[in-house]
Amino acid sequence: MSLVNFTKTELKNLFSKPATEKYPDGPATYKEGTRGHIVNNMDACVLCGVCQMRCPTRAITVDRKGQTWSIRPFSCIQCRRCVDNCPKKSLSMAKEYTEPDVEKSQMDFELSDRQKEVLAEQARQAAERAKAAMLATKQKTVQAKEDKPGEKPGADPDPGKADK
Amino acid sequence: MAGKRSVIPFGPQHPVLPEPIHIDLITEDEKVVEAVPSIGFVHRGLEQLVTKKDFGEMVYVAERICGICSFGHGYGYVNAIEHIMDIHPTDRARFIRTMLFELSRMHSHILWLGLMADAFGFESLFMETWKYREKILDMLEAATGGRVIFSIIRIGGLRKDVPDEVMQGFLPELDKVVEGIKSCEKVFLSDPAVLSRLKGIGYLSKEDAIALGCEGPFLRASGVDTDNRMRGYAAYSSVDFDIITSDEGDSYARCYVRIQEIYQSASIIRQCIEKMPKEGIYVPIKGFPNGEYMTVIEQPRGGACYYVHSSGRKFIERMRVRTPTFANIPALTKTLQGCDVADVPILVVTIDPCISCTER
Repeated sequence: MSLVNFTKTELKNLFSKPATEKYPDGPATYKEGTRGHIVNNMDACVLCGVCQMRCPTRAITVDRKGQTWSIRPFSCIQCRRCVDNCPKKSLSMAKEYTEPDVEKSQMDFELSDRQKEVLAEQARQAAERAKAAMLATKQKTVQAKEDKPGEKPGADPDPGKADK
Repeated sequence: MAGKRSVIPFGPQHPVLPEPIHIDLITEDEKVVEAVPSIGFVHRGLEQLVTKKDFGEMVYVAERICGICSFGHGYGYVNAIEHIMDIHPTDRARFIRTMLFELSRMHSHILWLGLMADAFGFESLFMETWKYREKILDMLEAATGGRVIFSIIRIGGLRKDVPDEVMQGFLPELDKVVEGIKSCEKVFLSDPAVLSRLKGIGYLSKEDAIALGCEGPFLRASGVDTDNRMRGYAAYSSVDFDIITSDEGDSYARCYVRIQEIYQSASIIRQCIEKMPKEGIYVPIKGFPNGEYMTVIEQPRGGACYYVHSSGRKFIERMRVRTPTFANIPALTKTLQGCDVADVPILVVTIDPCISCTER
């Protein structure tokens, strides 16, 4: 009798649409939130290097001098740790899986011109602030030195002499 | 008068084996007299990595011990560290962990049913069961973002919350899977051709099963009611379920126990979704683990032990995993004694061997 049962299933399968997708002939479908591959928005990245520190497989390299952000897609394990820790939210995960390749490649991304200008402007402002802070500290030190001789006579009287 | 003995090598490459294990079958005519297993073909030294990886990053390595029970391995390691550091995850994290654990169990058991069908040569039944496994994988993908490696568990809770609406969407899908497995169950448990390959094959008595230290469905099919979930880790103390056993002790009983456990897992998932607490998936952790702990959890294939020893540094000193397949191999050699050579592939599959777990 059970053979008849399975014959029913087989007939049903024969006339229903396939359970699988015809990938790569057709597009592959992904669920919402599938961890496919890492994408970096080079308009928002500030090259802080947090992603490089957090990556468990050290797949990410941040080069501040050359202003590039690189990833080795075949070392990346799509754990999403860098995305969760990105302070500027420039990193995100795309649904599509990493594309196949013939060798273990590295993908380099350069900062966008606009972002380069923004970072340069920020660096200039930071340098100005640092310079101003340094000047303020210098002035404070000079002021303190000038104030010291005036304070000495009153602040440190010789109690022995007074007693005598 | 004893016949001439000959040795037939089985594996490490064999159509029925997804992973390499080698068994020397000492046979007399068509009967197996003795079986000598040898393992060690896929050792990767993952336990040694614990001394080179940050204890938080080691979760990713632990998950990669095996592709089928990856969530369980991650959970076992995290559970040991949480006990050492005295961290108590939130209720929601415990329930989501239980739900994911049971989804993993369902997909592992359905995978086993397919491999079993493949072993006795019923290709269309194999594909039919894997069709339902695909639905479980879709659910796991919707919940965690990964189909095989989930990367959702972390020390102190979870890295990502599973939205309530996503979990509610699982309920109709689960019904479809259970309905589909019920249609396959009729073939597995009452088809005359299938029964002839399962009934009375590979008998293991209750006494032998206990003496040889079996684990999981293999042990329960011999009539021993042991299930590590009864210890109440994660949220298992808050859900109702029974231990499924069978007294027959043969391949048919192992098939029966696993099919019933699929239904039971679906029931546990439904209970978890109903009782799911609100808010809070992560408890922040402070410092480094200092101490040692051994935890036992129920993986789909049986009880797995995780031992962690740490001395208050960033890197853990020792981690040891004892997996259920390792415990079941001695009993496998016992069941192989006296069987026909044609039944060997089925008997090897009945322990649900996971060699990459065993060798790590």
